[in-house]
Amino acid sequence: MSFVKLSASALAIAAVSATAASARDQVAVAGSSTVLPYASIVAEAFGENFDFPTPVVESGGSSAGLKKFCEGVGETTIDVANASRKIREKEIKACAENGVTDIIEVRIGYDGIVFASDINGASFAFTPEDWYKALAAEHFVDGELVANTLSTWDQVNPEFPAQPIAAFIPGTKHGTREVFEEKVILAGCEHGGYMEAMMAAGVDEDTAEEKCMAIRTDGVSVDIDGDYTETLARIESNKDGIGVFGLAFYENNTAKLQVATMSGVTPSVEAIASGEYPVSRPLFFYVKKAHIGVIPGLQEYAEFFVSDAVAGPNGPLAQYGLVSDPELADTQKMIADGVIMGSGS
Amino acid sequence: MTDATANQPSNSTGKTSLFVEDARTKKRNAAEARFKFYGMLAVATGVIALVLLLISILSQGIPAFSQTFMRVNITLDEQVLDPSGNRDPEEIAKVMTFAYDPIINNSLQSLADELSAEHPEVTASALQGMLSKASKGILRSDVIANPDLIGQTVEYEFLANGRIDGYLKGRVDREIAALDGNVTPEQLDIADTLVEAGKLEKRFNWDFITAPDASELRPEAAGLGVALLGSAYMMLIVFCLALPIGVAASIYLEEFAPKNWVTDIIEVNISNLAAVPSIVFGILGLAIFINYMGLPNSAPIVGGLVLTLMTLPTIIISTRAALKAVPPSIRDAALGVGASKMQAIFHHVLPLAMPGILTGTIIGLAQALGETAPLLLIGMVAFVNNYPESMFDPATALPVQVYNFTQRSDPAFVERASGAIIVLLLFLLCMNLIAIILRRRFERRW
Repeated sequence: MSFVKLSASALAIAAVSATAASARDQVAVAGSSTVLPYASIVAEAFGENFDFPTPVVESGGSSAGLKKFCEGVGETTIDVANASRKIREKEIKACAENGVTDIIEVRIGYDGIVFASDINGASFAFTPEDWYKALAAEHFVDGELVANTLSTWDQVNPEFPAQPIAAFIPGTKHGTREVFEEKVILAGCEHGGYMEAMMAAGVDEDTAEEKCMAIRTDGVSVDIDGDYTETLARIESNKDGIGVFGLAFYENNTAKLQVATMSGVTPSVEAIASGEYPVSRPLFFYVKKAHIGVIPGLQEYAEFFVSDAVAGPNGPLAQYGLVSDPELADTQKMIADGVIMGSGS
Repeated sequence: MTDATANQPSNSTGKTSLFVEDARTKKRNAAEARFKFYGMLAVATGVIALVLLLISILSQGIPAFSQTFMRVNITLDEQVLDPSGNRDPEEIAKVMTFAYDPIINNSLQSLADELSAEHPEVTASALQGMLSKASKGILRSDVIANPDLIGQTVEYEFLANGRIDGYLKGRVDREIAALDGNVTPEQLDIADTLVEAGKLEKRFNWDFITAPDASELRPEAAGLGVALLGSAYMMLIVFCLALPIGVAASIYLEEFAPKNWVTDIIEVNISNLAAVPSIVFGILGLAIFINYMGLPNSAPIVGGLVLTLMTLPTIIISTRAALKAVPPSIRDAALGVGASKMQAIFHHVLPLAMPGILTGTIIGLAQALGETAPLLLIGMVAFVNNYPESMFDPATALPVQVYNFTQRSDPAFVERASGAIIVLLLFLLCMNLIAIILRRRFERRW
């Protein structure tokens, strides 16, 4: 039987290569899909410039990445977790329980979140309040909460065209959703005085905040669980749609999308760096200190990531759409010294 | 049969001729004609769906196989690359790719000078924007490999930027370029000039099939090499493990095992396993192969083992069906002339069942080839830039690469995703072809 021979030889090959497979020699990275393009740009340049193999970058989301990161110390666990939000207390605790105690937190820069619609459609100049009015599940009117029934933009703000509201926002598993809720919806709720009115009517702060951030579920706002490419496809098929994108994604698709201003500011790398454009968030990666010196190239990868040539204002990451961190020099020093989180710095 | 006998009384009355159809025959014939029509409709629907799918994939994906190259003379400046002048590879390696930007820019200046007499819009910075960002990496590794090149002027063929490539492929036009922040209409004019001068040319690009993946800044350099190797490794593992295990299990269950409640339970479980969602096998693989056995993350060996588990039920079910389909007379005849049970099975039953077994195996392999969900959990959905040297090195797989390409923001990745689908289909076609050839060789008629 030829297949018996074949499988025997395959097993032999497997056995031989098993003995040859030694310690892991490439850096393993996992986490946020927002950070993934940046991390893969860095990984590629790192492989080009150093003798170390190119790091392997997995995506899957900030939470999934940090969960994997906190599984323990050792070769089968990852070295670096990318995150589009700060690590949570709960995650630090979970890490500590599994022996991952010394974590280096690295902020690589800022990412802008923009609202964009079809290039041939109407232009919009939003304020956070507009978005709150359009997407809140319930409005606080005359002392009680009533379901949001607005269906066209001119009902939200008379200056807008009578275009049906169709919003494509990131699903709840995305880190971007959190930023959208906090910096747009909640900000709009507070800014318009709706939260104040609720609290004046005797609602406690937590409940008021929760009511502010609840997004309507009657089909006007659609959660996108996939990537920005899916949001783009939705807008291409529904020309009235307005989607939430990362600044980098928008900048690569300016031929198909037009961007809306927020509180009068057009989103750009400069406007986000100066803090003028309100909807942005920092991006991070977390390094396991216990792996530095064990996994070859880990220290070099972290240093290379935040070096001026890579993460600086003229580096490849900025070219792709990252808003570089003005405090990059501090971050560089922190990595060089191996300063861990919570050590007072 | 029953219809025929039922019809007889009406015919035997002799009132109607056989040449004249009575109402009932007409009705039956009409029903048959209708059924034929439905059948053709069903086939046509399938064919139309397939044709539409193929047209959309081919029309989008075929451009991915060609790529635009730009011919440039690069002067490798000694001052920048090897200031000490002793051509020590280690010292040269200290110069990072970022230092090659000015070198490329200076070399492009001379090209710009050459062309700007007739075409004033040609500038070095516009030209630099038209080159792939992969160029400096290629240049650097070339210089490190041949330090003697330093100080000379060498002709290189670099990939053109994805937007310029898109212009030559008709994906980008001036209207789009005016809106696009990554390319200007002037650069498209320069591209026309360069094509005339023979410096810019579109041709078949093997690198799309052999090169590793590339980051989002350089879609033009992205290829399928790592994914192809990863898929090939996994298919080898699945074939070598699932076929012998599956065939042995089915022969035992079909020919030797006593029929009692234990084998009944096993049979039910195998049928159930075949219907289990593939992601479940991924969770199992993560728990057993990575966390318990300590096999490496993102490695094709783990992917192959997981896919083997997933494919086994399919192979067992189809092998048992193939064994059942061999006429009992073959078995009886072999046993009758004194063969042992094992001889009867291995010499007579198995060769006759082989075509069916191979068909089942290929269906199982094809299923495994297209699977991404279980690979997500074992870390194979990743950006991997190095070729896997063994089954234990990180790799991706073809469907994973399709998925990765579709997620990227740069529009140039759309054609690459479709191109990857074409390669995946060709891979599948090759596998099917091997199966058909093997089946022909084993096929016996009686």
